[in-house]
Amino acid sequence: MWSFFHKLGSPRWFYQISGRFLPWISVTAVSLLVVGTIWGLAFAPEDFKQGNSYRIMFVHVPTAMVALVGYYVMAAAGAVSLIWRMKMADVVMRSCAPIGAAMTFLALLSGAIWGKPTWGTWWVWDARITSMLVLLFLYLGVIALYEAYDNKVAAGRACAVLSLVGMVNIPIIYKSVDWWYSLHQPASIKLTEESTIHSSMLQPLLFTAAGFYLFYATALLLYIRAELVFREQNTRWVRDLALGKRD
Amino acid sequence: MPMHPQRKQRLMLVAFIVVFTSVAIGLMLYALRGNINLFYPPAEIAAGKVPQGASIRAGGMVVPGSVQRGTDDLSVTFRVTDYQAELVVSYSGILPDLFAEGEGIVAAGVLDEQGVLQATEVLAKHDENYMPPEVADALAQSAEASSTDYGQGKTPE
Repeated sequence: MWSFFHKLGSPRWFYQISGRFLPWISVTAVSLLVVGTIWGLAFAPEDFKQGNSYRIMFVHVPTAMVALVGYYVMAAAGAVSLIWRMKMADVVMRSCAPIGAAMTFLALLSGAIWGKPTWGTWWVWDARITSMLVLLFLYLGVIALYEAYDNKVAAGRACAVLSLVGMVNIPIIYKSVDWWYSLHQPASIKLTEESTIHSSMLQPLLFTAAGFYLFYATALLLYIRAELVFREQNTRWVRDLALGKRD
Repeated sequence: MPMHPQRKQRLMLVAFIVVFTSVAIGLMLYALRGNINLFYPPAEIAAGKVPQGASIRAGGMVVPGSVQRGTDDLSVTFRVTDYQAELVVSYSGILPDLFAEGEGIVAAGVLDEQGVLQATEVLAKHDENYMPPEVADALAQSAEASSTDYGQGKTPE
């Protein structure tokens, strides 16, 4: 296990191994998204109250889920980079931020578009939506903080601390609809009891959710690889790579 | 394999950051708990906990049979309930599509002297249940069959 951990710390090894997995992950992501989207938009039944407008959930719910889980990925990478001073972890943390920010933005945007026809408003300052906006600012804050430093070691440490501090927001977002009166509905997919969404709608949602997770993994790996090549541009393995030499 | 003492120290630091911020933010949210709610339930308004004349939001279920629309304008009055108290809401404007008797709403406005909420905005609050219309019909039929006194004054919750 420790040898795997040490190998994971080698940029060159990570670049090679991720290149081998990438086609599989991305193809699976696209197929899950295509199946889930067609199923959700064309074959899943209408909702008894919301009619067709509920179908935006096939984008809204997965992007929100990935935005929350992606923050834990970033914070975990930040913790590893703080404790073990691992260069790779720093790259992963930095790469998580823009992708997480994009997912959070998509969740907020699709929520606003869904809110207009159902609630009657684009935006309301309730606990769920406000804490989600804070998440977007946390992601953007990590990017801004990292770029503000010239010394990238110091930048990595500051960002790791910021992402650890921001971690407290994730359970708040998740439980906000249970702890306070909000306009946003409570969770329909429940872990401990029966979900309150009919299986004919839940099944395509699970497909798009799995698709978005793998899409997140694809985007993250691509970003990490680009970041690695940029940071290691003066090393021999990157020069060999650029010259098309295979090893 | 024992951990390097320096790394162990940094691990403790990471744990401290996470625990410290969680406790700090947790206490802050606990102190602010009443202010984070988006709306007041009718019970709190009936208990007089809500300032009169200030802009507030109230939320609850629209009482079935309580919706009265104006004959020649967009004015509408209805009662909302949290099953403990009721609040009369008066509004003039277009209601959201999901507004219906027995459904949840959030209304923003000012309480007048009679305790009526003069609303400037009414939002529909949908719940977490999603199902096809056929399933909803079947559920409603089986509920009617199983409880014979349904609809004879008993409030379903």
